[in-house]
Amino acid sequence: MNAQAALSPYSSSAGKTERHETHVLSVLVDNEPGVLARVVGLFSGRGYNIESLTVAEVAHLQGLSRITVVTSGAPETIEQISHQLERIVPIHRVTDLSLDNAFVQRELAMIKVRGKGEARTEALRLAEAFRARVIDATTESFIFELTGAPKKIDDFVELMRPIGLVEVSRTGVAAITRGPQAM
Amino acid sequence: MSKIMTGAEMVVQALQDQGVTHLFGYPGGAVLPIYDALFHQDKVQHVLVRHEQGAAHAAEGYARSTGKVGAVLVTSGPGATNAITGLTDALMDSIPVVCITGQVPTHLIGSDAFQECDTVGLTRHCTKHNYLVRKIEDLPRILHEAFYIARSGRPGPVVIDIPKDVQFASGPYAPPKNAQHKTYHPRVKADIGKIKQAVAMMAKAKKPILYTGGGVVNAGPAASTLLRELVQQTNFPITSTLMGLGAYPGSGPNWLGMLGMHGSYEANNAMHDCDLMVCIGARFDDRITGRLDAFSPGSKKIHIDIDPSSINKTVMVDLAIVGDCGHVLEDIVRLWRAEAHQTDAKALGAWWAQIDKWRARKSFGYKKSDTTIKPQYAIERLYELTKDRKTYITTEVGQHQMWAAQHYKFEEPNRWMTSGGLGTMGYGLPAAIGTQLAHPDALVIDIAGEASILMNIQELSTAKQFLAPVKVFILNNEYMGMVRQWQELLHGGRYSSSYSEALPDFVKLAEAYGMKGIRCSDPKNLDAAIQEMIDYPGAVLFDCLVDKAENCLPMIPSGKAHNDMILPDFEEDIGKVIDDKGKMLV
Ligand SMILES: Cc1ncc(C[n+]2csc(CCOP(=O)(O)OP(=O)(O)O)c2C)c(N)n1
Ligand SMILES: [Mg+2]
Repeated sequence: MNAQAALSPYSSSAGKTERHETHVLSVLVDNEPGVLARVVGLFSGRGYNIESLTVAEVAHLQGLSRITVVTSGAPETIEQISHQLERIVPIHRVTDLSLDNAFVQRELAMIKVRGKGEARTEALRLAEAFRARVIDATTESFIFELTGAPKKIDDFVELMRPIGLVEVSRTGVAAITRGPQAM
Repeated sequence: MSKIMTGAEMVVQALQDQGVTHLFGYPGGAVLPIYDALFHQDKVQHVLVRHEQGAAHAAEGYARSTGKVGAVLVTSGPGATNAITGLTDALMDSIPVVCITGQVPTHLIGSDAFQECDTVGLTRHCTKHNYLVRKIEDLPRILHEAFYIARSGRPGPVVIDIPKDVQFASGPYAPPKNAQHKTYHPRVKADIGKIKQAVAMMAKAKKPILYTGGGVVNAGPAASTLLRELVQQTNFPITSTLMGLGAYPGSGPNWLGMLGMHGSYEANNAMHDCDLMVCIGARFDDRITGRLDAFSPGSKKIHIDIDPSSINKTVMVDLAIVGDCGHVLEDIVRLWRAEAHQTDAKALGAWWAQIDKWRARKSFGYKKSDTTIKPQYAIERLYELTKDRKTYITTEVGQHQMWAAQHYKFEEPNRWMTSGGLGTMGYGLPAAIGTQLAHPDALVIDIAGEASILMNIQELSTAKQFLAPVKVFILNNEYMGMVRQWQELLHGGRYSSSYSEALPDFVKLAEAYGMKGIRCSDPKNLDAAIQEMIDYPGAVLFDCLVDKAENCLPMIPSGKAHNDMILPDFEEDIGKVIDDKGKMLV
């Protein structure tokens, strides 16, 4: 975040941990205009990190949307982020999924790779190993569709890079708790 | 029991139904229908300010001094942007304000129409909540919801942006029902188990301190009464933030004075050395804590606050109690009594003996003079001559504000209106007008600096028009004194642009506005001049020429700890006190 603030006598680490963690927050909001701007504005205004953010309506009749934010910071900062989010009026509920770590997360990516000959076969072989699907092909390119945890996508992208990675489009993370209960 | 009316009429009807008596505003094209609706009634008095920032501060003064929601009406574009400083001020100090802004018609939104601005976008960061009303059907609900959100939980400003076509449209209006919101549910009642824990910790404490803030004032007068009862039962020492002054009486035996950067030596040292800190409705602001890693190192800390995000934000606490200060205090006092708790009288006696030693340093002391008016002396005299009246004090921002907080003793809550969190010069005069209109028979004084007062001086016209007999008491040191003081501390005394050059003649200025001007420069004449100000039935601008070089002490220099204060008897060069790291801070 901002290293300078971390050194300031007014933002001391006294009593706080040094750990830096990545957390997935699930935020249930009223699907009204501006609600996403409120959430994003909170992160930028207070200097919190956003590593990924997704939003979509999840219950049309009740007008509910679900925002999934992946953020990082000291555990106290993340607790603070949850409380700050809870202050936003049209937010129903904020759940830090990472707290009891019983959740699944998925991201979808489309990866465009360019190449001929040996590179093409290599790309296809790796795609198969990752269970990526070909969703577009020309004689000199593929677009792969890959779903998985972010790490899996990172790994695949790294493997494609030397082969002829052109560009990547990722959705960001969607996440949900395990088991029968709602968040 | 709904009635068909226009959007503009709904606004006025809702203001009436919400008990608004005064609406501070300024007209313009995008709010003309609402002004027309106001024209046809006399329940809500419209107070025409001279700048929209003034409207917002006046509403704050009204709100802080009454505990009610302050109401503002401004036009689109520049009307809205001018109000933003006041909205931000209200957000920082948790003041309930509803601000209605006009907007260009819905079909023009986004076209850069004349006097269009993205009001909800601009005010998203400086309001508790805001609305753009797109349909007339939503307007009645939004109007009532806005008042509910502004005054409940941790209070704050709410903006309702109403496009002009919505003001003209018609629809059914219903009066406010029992406010229930689908997502917003502030928690007022705290977990009783935690309150029990707090009471047990208090009973065991050997060196306790109560550190209270604006939350106690916001919780209503009953909370202040309970606080006094708690102090009486426990004999704990008590200090407060700038915002919390008056919740416990300034003349009370357990009062240590304000704490923080310009707080008393005894309050800050007691904070530093205590073994139990009970923070009630305050937020560990940097003006209060000073250097965080040296902040009250040996204490257990209890934090009572209605806003969960205030807890563990800057200072980690041992026991967090989320709830309204009034409710929590009630539970604490009740439990303390019911369980017949006793404090450790011997330990407490020793603690008080230590506190008395700190008190003996007389950290608010200053060198008296027979020839020049010392600013502290001026406040002392003002206090002595007004303390037996129903007096409300507002301030601008700077040294005079801190001297007012140090030397004026507040006996009641809601009597002290100052810009704490944002530190807005120009706050005091409009706030005084709002306060005065809410309390027509009271004595309302804006303790001002000669620089700050010029920031909203145009509001003297408002005072004149609405017969608000406010007294503006300027501590004129011909400097932006607080800036000058920091330039001495940090920049070798190079007074870059901090001299108040080309000041107006304040007496003539008062006369130009049709009010009384008084000037005083001799301490011997001060009492009589202040008395003349008090006795004058109308508004007064008092130009009190004070010592130009006086610094506001004591002080915790930026980046230092509570027990590292500069005291008034400090003889060395204050330019050497702050190290390079401290210089980075404000
Ligand atoms: C709107 C605004 N601009 C700038 C400041 C920075 N500032 C803080 S105190 C101060 C000087 C105030 O001078 P004056 O009103 O004469 O008060 P004094 O300190 O002399 O009592 C300034 C410029 C501020 N607080 N608010
Ligand atoms: Mg000055």
